[in-house]
Amino acid sequence: MKETLIIAGFGGQGVLSMGKILAYSGVMQDYEVTWMPSYGPEMRGGTANVTVILSDRKISSPIAHEYDTAIILNQQSMEKFEPLVKPGGVLIYDTNGISRHPVRTDISVYAIDATAECAKMGQARLFNTMILGGYLKVRPVVEMENVMVGLKKSLPERAWKMLPQNEEAIRHGGEIIRKIR
Amino acid sequence: MAEKEVKLMKGNEVIAHAAIRYGCDGYFGYPITPQSEVMETLMELKPWETTGMVVLQAESEVSSINMVYGGAATGKRVMTSSSSPGISLMAEGLSYLAGAELPCLVVNCQRGGPGLGTIQPSQGDYFQAVKGGGHGDYHLIVLAPNSVQEMHDHVALGFDLAFKYRNPAMILADGAIGQMMEKVVLAPQRPRRTDEQIKAECRTWATYGKPADRERNIVTSLELQSEKMEVINLRLQAKYKALEENEVRYEALECDDAEYVIVAFGSSARICSATVEMARAEGLKVGLLRPITLYPFPTKQLAELAARGVKGFLSAELNAGQMVEDVRLAVNGKAPVEHYGRQGGMLFTPDEVLAALKDKLIKK
Repeated sequence: MKETLIIAGFGGQGVLSMGKILAYSGVMQDYEVTWMPSYGPEMRGGTANVTVILSDRKISSPIAHEYDTAIILNQQSMEKFEPLVKPGGVLIYDTNGISRHPVRTDISVYAIDATAECAKMGQARLFNTMILGGYLKVRPVVEMENVMVGLKKSLPERAWKMLPQNEEAIRHGGEIIRKIR
Repeated sequence: MAEKEVKLMKGNEVIAHAAIRYGCDGYFGYPITPQSEVMETLMELKPWETTGMVVLQAESEVSSINMVYGGAATGKRVMTSSSSPGISLMAEGLSYLAGAELPCLVVNCQRGGPGLGTIQPSQGDYFQAVKGGGHGDYHLIVLAPNSVQEMHDHVALGFDLAFKYRNPAMILADGAIGQMMEKVVLAPQRPRRTDEQIKAECRTWATYGKPADRERNIVTSLELQSEKMEVINLRLQAKYKALEENEVRYEALECDDAEYVIVAFGSSARICSATVEMARAEGLKVGLLRPITLYPFPTKQLAELAARGVKGFLSAELNAGQMVEDVRLAVNGKAPVEHYGRQGGMLFTPDEVLAALKDKLIKK
């Protein structure tokens, strides 16, 4: 098993922490894991992305030139990363703010309206775990019980009171993701 | 403790954990991206409450390296960390530490330069780390970790070598290794050395107070009599020769039957290990020689590969071509040696390195 994933969007969407939850979940499942962020001024309002690799073997390069899966959360990232999904790979995107939808026909495309759903629930902070839930529905690379442990481990103790809502958001994300093609 | 402690951590965070667990006595630093998590993690862990390790934010990098000088002069295991521009500010101190033969650990989590440059990863400080940086004929012991686990392991290795040879050691990492998270197994906590141990081990040089039964220890790099200064220099050179003979560390990946060898260190070596996988999948006999010690450099190992008939070497570095000079010296004209690099904080990808290898060496 090897999953090379890019999560890309705006700073503040929880891109890096979504990757972190997945990385911790991978550790719980005894996978080798790398989490390689973009860092620095990109975090403040501009684009933010993180490459997460989960593998049952030693991971050579933490930097990839193509991805099994891309989770795309803004238009800039769509331009940059849609072409870098491996043929036969998966692209997941939030439709909010996307002016040019994915065009490739040699990959599986899924949409998740997590921004809209979180706005309806008045819970913007659950955005990234909802997206993660959608991803895990499509790509069940880690067991759900390990995800829940990974979620707890990646959050500081003061945020543990939010665990039940986040767990629910992960489940709900799995329900609302839909296949485009 | 039966269960191994497996954690998920950033390279910078693990430096802090490893230092405490090694029994480090003091850290003196000044924040700079992309290495600020080193001191941030130390401040969170509060080792002064557990092991008694001192953690101090100095007013500048010039101060922190001179605090390291002071701590090291007493035989304590002390360290600092910074990123490229901060290391430049420490250059004078590094030369003084080498001249006074003081053991210490310095971590450089490199970013792109020159000048303030960028905060993204780079390997543009190879010359500075390996060839000097400060003035005079001296060397640092330079280690190049390629994973978060090696960031951890090189803290102990760096201190051990520094004390074995009474010479400053540097971990030459970069923003990619510092910011990346991977699994790491942490070493068990070791006690800090007691004053008695320090007195026994560092009796001939450290300044812990003069006992009646030995002469004064004077820590200095100054000697105005040229005859004596030359003797000091010769002693340093003998030490460097011993380092070159005994302490070269490297990793050879698929080099046994390789027709072409990529030479890369640190984060680039990780990327190039995937290049080797891709090349082998295409039936190309490509290997990777990864120096773990950049000083002392695996000159002999490269010379042996060249003598064995390797058709070409590609030095892949995140700079404009620095280590390639040492590769050329080692290969000594027996095979073509080319460089491939990205600069200014840009990383190359495994396929880009493979394309460069084909373009510069294999197709010729």
